Amino acid sequence: MFYREAGQFKTSYQADQALFPILQDRIGMVVILAIAFVAIPLLANDFFLTSIMIPFLIFALAAIGLNILTGFCGQLSLGTGAFMGVGAYAAYKLTSIFPDANIILMVLLSGVFSAAIGAVFGLPSLRIKGLYLAVTTLAAQFFLEWCFIRIPWLYNYNASGAIEVPRREVFGLVASGAEATPIVRYFIVLGITVLITWLMANVLRGRIGRSWMMIRDMDIAAELMGIRPLRTKLMAFAVSSYICGVAGAMMVFFWLNAAEPSSYSIRLSFQILFMVILGGLGSLGGAFLGAAFIWILPVALKFVPGLLGMDIAAETVEHATFMTVGALIIFFLIVEPHGFARLWQIAKQKLRVWPFPY
Amino acid sequence: MRNFKQLALGTAVAAGVGLTGILSTAAQAQDTNYVPLLTYRTGPYAGSGIPIANGMHDYLAMLNERDGGVGGVKIAIEECETGYNAQKGVECYEATKGKGALVYNPYSTGITLQLIPKAGVDKIPVLSMGYGLSAAAVGETFPWIFNVPDTYWDGASVIIKYIGEQEGGLENLKGKKIGYIFLDAGYGREPIPLLEKLAEKYGFELMQYPVPGAEMQNQSSQWLNVRRDRPDYMVMWGWGAMSPTAIKEAVKIRYPMDKFIGVWWSAGDDDAAAGGEGAKGYKALNFSGVGGDFPALNDIRKHVIETGNSSTDAASVGSTLYNRGVLNSVIIAEAIRTAQEKTGKKVITGEDMRIGLEALNLDEARLEELGLKGFAHPMKVTCEDHGGSNPVFVQEWDGKQWRQASDWIEPMTDEVRPLLEAAAKDYAEKNAPWPKRTEPCPD
Repeated sequence: MFYREAGQFKTSYQADQALFPILQDRIGMVVILAIAFVAIPLLANDFFLTSIMIPFLIFALAAIGLNILTGFCGQLSLGTGAFMGVGAYAAYKLTSIFPDANIILMVLLSGVFSAAIGAVFGLPSLRIKGLYLAVTTLAAQFFLEWCFIRIPWLYNYNASGAIEVPRREVFGLVASGAEATPIVRYFIVLGITVLITWLMANVLRGRIGRSWMMIRDMDIAAELMGIRPLRTKLMAFAVSSYICGVAGAMMVFFWLNAAEPSSYSIRLSFQILFMVILGGLGSLGGAFLGAAFIWILPVALKFVPGLLGMDIAAETVEHATFMTVGALIIFFLIVEPHGFARLWQIAKQKLRVWPFPY
Repeated sequence: MRNFKQLALGTAVAAGVGLTGILSTAAQAQDTNYVPLLTYRTGPYAGSGIPIANGMHDYLAMLNERDGGVGGVKIAIEECETGYNAQKGVECYEATKGKGALVYNPYSTGITLQLIPKAGVDKIPVLSMGYGLSAAAVGETFPWIFNVPDTYWDGASVIIKYIGEQEGGLENLKGKKIGYIFLDAGYGREPIPLLEKLAEKYGFELMQYPVPGAEMQNQSSQWLNVRRDRPDYMVMWGWGAMSPTAIKEAVKIRYPMDKFIGVWWSAGDDDAAAGGEGAKGYKALNFSGVGGDFPALNDIRKHVIETGNSSTDAASVGSTLYNRGVLNSVIIAEAIRTAQEKTGKKVITGEDMRIGLEALNLDEARLEELGLKGFAHPMKVTCEDHGGSNPVFVQEWDGKQWRQASDWIEPMTDEVRPLLEAAAKDYAEKNAPWPKRTEPCPD
């Protein structure tokens, strides 16, 4: 009843091929965007913006990046953290070399370096499949992390070995560095995330996205039908790494302000992979849901005991949150192995037939 | 399926409750001085983090119980768990800064580096006591950062000076090999520029053995190299699980323990005890009192531990890292007191706290008044020097406990200071435009 597409007739091919062909979806999307662009900036405090929304959007973008490779093209990767690091270090070097250039442009450009490196490490995917590919991408993770530690040129020979984000202005507003207000950083991150998500939504339902899915579902059949595996797989690696690279650059420039090589460790790769698996392989919305679950839930849970008036030591809360989130991950994967995206689909189906389920 | 719905609903409600909590974090009541403590009692660095957290908490709690706070105003203490993780540290910072935080003690060089640019913007000083960015000692460039009583470069110079004393003079270091085993993070890399400079000056060879943080509990390959290279002395910059592992490995390869010297953070009782009998003779720097026999520590036992207001195990009072935490809180409390005197306010802000830290003068008489005679070397902060380059001493593990093994040794200030100033200038240039100091010097 709430989600019924009956009666919504399409009178042109254009209308039929729209990104959101159903009215309810369009309304929902407008509401979500209104919340993100208007309600949150008006209502949220600094902590909510800097510690919840900005990292959430960055992680969601990284999860989209990995989802393209793993969910849509079927190539398992454990190198996400390192590809994000490449983006971060590239953006840092670019802005040190061109201090006057627009920082948003530099962040978007940094993804190109990440894409190139991702494509190089994607080469073995032509011969190696499945879990074996995960091992070669793991090698990329360790090799690149080693580079971040051992090549001082990458961090401008700082004694600390960390990259520290300088102050940069965009259109007269401080966009990065300590003086950048959370609201400016939030809008930049939100803008880039929405833009890339929208682009990807269109790429994925077009020729390129479909060829990725053909490779995922059966590569021999895809090859017989004229899809070139080399080009398709490398393109998936490049696009995925580009998005991860941009997310990694945003992570240091608009969220953390400084990053050590350990920020881009294997831990981050796993974190993103869990977001993708929990959210749902092969779903853009799932990437957002997965990122929300892995990032927002633990932060939110930490505030629960205090609000209920319980006086619990900080480390106990930490342990309890850790255990709760772990148990929930196992629980949700048992109940719905296809992730939150599938849950959302089930919910939509229920809404469609309500109040007369059959 | 019904259970599932309930659980899903429960999760959503809990998350919702948490989120509303985040949106409504109000400022602290205006009759206390709010001091957030960024601590870590979980994770691979908890072994070092717990005694420090206990020491910091207990001294402030004792002041609240015994004197009703500082200057008649209670101190509101809140711990935030960072797990030695820079991301969580920043999250803790963002979560607590709006409540009127006076000062931050990150206890992680990584978190300190992230907070340094924020401190001047948010007007909340950072007290990185004996860690963090060495160059922050230059008050002209870093008005908001304090690293009393010493920087890592001071510590490294004291170790080299001490080794020189053992060898009968610094000139005898020529041709010697000194190994440097360190946690491969901002923390362990910090002293390398100074060590390299001293190696050049005194003609010893510096051999570096980095230990990656993820593999700090497996150092056999590094110690295999040590056995091959046979350095005359070993210097360690270890933290968390790294220090006990290194000491165990050193015992295993029969490295002469009296030639193995750790920085003040590798001076925990548990670190040395891990090596068993073989660790006898292991040395480490220290700047906070050895043992639990101080009137102020007795007050902590009486007012905090025996009343059950603390999670501290009574036996750990007086251990090196616990005392370090206490000294950290002594500096906080004294800075609050100084700030109250300078500004005439009882409830102070971060800006007042900065004045208090900059005018801090913890002399012999004041230490005695606090019941901490001989607990630390008298220290004084000036506008130019936020580090102080105070003397430190060497302590030695006798198999059961630490005992002081040297007098207070002055760092090589004439070597360190020019390097500090150059590094501060370099930092400001790399982070251009770095704000000029506008804060006046307290008189």
